[in-house]
Parts: sequence; structure tokens; C-alpha cells
Amino acid sequence: MASSRDDFVIAIRSAFLKKSYQQKFSLLTLIFSSLIVIILGSFNFKAIQYVKIGINEVIYRSSHIASLPENYFKDLNIKIDEHLSLYDQYKKNEIELNKLKEKKLSNDFLILENNKLRELINETIRSEDVYAKVLVDKDSPYLKSIVLNKGSRDSVKIGMAIVDKSYLVGKIIEVNYTNSRALLLSDLNSKIPVLLEPIDIHAVLSGTGKNYGVIEYTKDEYKQKLTSDEIIVYTSGYGGLFKPGLPVGKIITNNLNKNNEVNFFSDFRQLDYVKIVSYEIGGGY
Amino acid sequence: MSSLNKNTLLKSILFYFPILFLFLSVFNEIDFNYLNIEYFSFNFVHILIFYWTLKNPRYLSYGSIFLAGIVNDVVVGIPIGFSSFCYLLICAVTAYLRNITITPNLINDWISFLATILLVNSIQVISLDIIFSIEVNYMRYLINSGFTFILYPVFLFLFNILERKIAIQIND
Repeated sequence: MASSRDDFVIAIRSAFLKKSYQQKFSLLTLIFSSLIVIILGSFNFKAIQYVKIGINEVIYRSSHIASLPENYFKDLNIKIDEHLSLYDQYKKNEIELNKLKEKKLSNDFLILENNKLRELINETIRSEDVYAKVLVDKDSPYLKSIVLNKGSRDSVKIGMAIVDKSYLVGKIIEVNYTNSRALLLSDLNSKIPVLLEPIDIHAVLSGTGKNYGVIEYTKDEYKQKLTSDEIIVYTSGYGGLFKPGLPVGKIITNNLNKNNEVNFFSDFRQLDYVKIVSYEIGGGY
Repeated sequence: MSSLNKNTLLKSILFYFPILFLFLSVFNEIDFNYLNIEYFSFNFVHILIFYWTLKNPRYLSYGSIFLAGIVNDVVVGIPIGFSSFCYLLICAVTAYLRNITITPNLINDWISFLATILLVNSIQVISLDIIFSIEVNYMRYLINSGFTFILYPVFLFLFNILERKIAIQIND
């Protein structure tokens, strides 16, 4: 009994402390080093922040280069899918185009009317856009985020909205000197205030870690109001984080979609270039 | 005689293949997520580290594993040093297994691998959720561990072929 315990202790000591041949460090040293790095990383000292930014800069750029072959296959896969569904997509687009043409006419009128009303209450929304290239697009099952090639050098700040065409896709969560990281709306940690139209209900849209979001933090009654077939989700602008009225996705209410999942307008797998948007509401009373 | 004429560059490339694979996979996050198969994901790095450090740690130095962990943290966006810690835990388990095993066999290695990835992933998930307040999908981690476990023999077969080639080149 005692000898088996001794064997165990010897095996453990040998595993942790003995430096094998061609090893510069023992396991225990490196385990302690990683723990020290974790602890130091949690402090907000300037020196540590600069080191972190330096590491991020180098690794993001290297990762972008290393990802080129995989991105090629990813794009190829998407292209093949698109080619296979070309005819069906064409038919769908034709029907949608006719519908959109009808809607555009009434939208033009609404935009003019909205601008006039804003002038009346002396309110203006000024927004500045910075175009950014997606350097690293890791669809990791744990964190859904993208790395952009614009950073503090281009006046990017934490909390800015990321827009693909005119659709909201996420917000900036980390800024380095020449690049930044944005958390996508689909991430589990993403929560944004939204407005459900046409039922006019404020809610919070949460990511699920999958390719759709869910509506949270509303009264149960809202489910009774989901009578229309299609509900569009816009940013509400509450909390001053995002510009109000940015389209996010839509809820299709039918028997299959009982959890009221929000299908995002933008395809997060195909983000090449995005806009980093900051806005300011001026005037008003 | 013919082996003397073999390219030394090829020898060194073959020897550094595991390290090359390790860094390529942490920079690139090889998991085939782009195939968009619902729930399918596996942790190639865990398989790679477990196999090569169990086989012979001279192919994958602990220092390079530590660095690869740092790279992985930056790429994935989790606190720096966290993956290094988890990868080194795998190394600790393999070092222990190497010390207590006289004749290695697939089934024992496979079961040990399951226990190791469950331990490492549990530490990772619980720490991210409780200490760092990063919300994670527990089910996804479990499925990821499942696929990593299932795919281990496939990579074991491929790595065995590579290991034999490296051994031949070194012995030449």
C-alpha cells in the first residue's frame, strides 16, 4: 500500500518537476507562469495594457495571414452553395424586388416626412462612419467575434456599433492601436436594447451562440401581440449606445418559431468589410 | 547509403511538423465551423497536444505549448494565459501517464484522453463563467468534448504514420 503511494508521488514529482530532454522549462514553472499571466491580465495597469495591445497587434496580423488558406476554402464553400441554389434564389428575388419597389415609394415619403418633423423639433442625428476590413473572422463555438483593421489610431472607441450595409451586426469590445475586436450580436454575451415594429414594444435582444437571437426582458403580454406574420427588430437607441432605427433582424411568427427567434438580416459568416458607426444626437429640447 | 543523401531540410521539417500544426491550428482555429454543420466542432489542439506529449515530449516542447496557448487566447478573445494553463494541464496528465505506463495501448490512452478533456474543459467553462463572467454554452462544450473524444483514434492513426516517418528520419 505504502509502495503504491510512493510510486504515485514519484510519478507526480517526475511529471511536474523533471525537465525532459530538449525541454527548457519544467511543467510546474510554466503552469505557474500561465497563472501569473492570467492574474496580471486582470489588472488594469497601463504597462500591462500596453503589453496586451502589443501582443494583440502581432497575433491578429499573423492570424489574418495564417487564415488565408482556410478563408479561401470557406469562400469556395459559400460560392458552391450559392451556385447550387441560383435558380431558386432568382425566383425569390424577383418576387421580393416587386414587393420592395412598392414599399420604396411609401418609404421615400416617410423619410421626407421624418426629416421635416425632426427639423420642427430642432433635432439632428449626426453620424460618422469608418470603413473597416475584417481581419480575423473566427466562428468559434465559444465566442462570436471579429477582428477589424481599424483601432484607436482611427478614433475607434469601445461601444461603437458595427454595421454591415445598413444592418447592425455587433459592437466594439476591445480597441488596440491599429485594430479592434467586435462582439457579434449572435454571441451569448451580447445584449442590446431593441424596438419591435409594428407592435411598438421595447425589449432586449440576446445572442444565443447560434445564428439567431432571442427576445428577452419583456412582459409576457408581448407574445399575445405577435399577431402580424413578420416583426422587424430595430435598435431602440436606449442607453445611448446605438443609433436608433438600425435594422437588426426579423421575427417570423409561425408554428415552427415558437421561441420567437430573431433571424439576423446580415450573414455573419460572410463579413468582409463593415462600417464602424458613431453617432451624436444634437439640438432638441 | 541512400539515406545519407536525404535532404536535411526535410528531416527538420518533419521533426517540427507537430509544432507547425500546433501554431497553424491556434492561429487558424481549425474546427470546420465554416461547414456550418449544426453543433459540430472539435478541439484539434487538445488532440494534438495529448498525442504528441504522450508519445514523446521532445516533438512538442512545453515552452511552445505555453506560447500557443497565449496565441489561442488572443485569437479567441478569452483572458490571456487561460488556454496555456489548460494546455499545460493536458501535458501534466500525459507526463504522469507516461511515467506510470509500461506498455501503451489505444483503449487506455483513449479513456485517459476522455478524462483529461473533461477535466480541462470543466475547469475552462467554470472559470470563464464564474471568475471571468463570460457566458458560455455548457452544452456546446460538452458536444465539443464528445466530438474531440470520438475523433481521437482518427488523428491517432494519422499521427502514428507521421511519427513513424519522423522516427525513421531521425534514426537515419
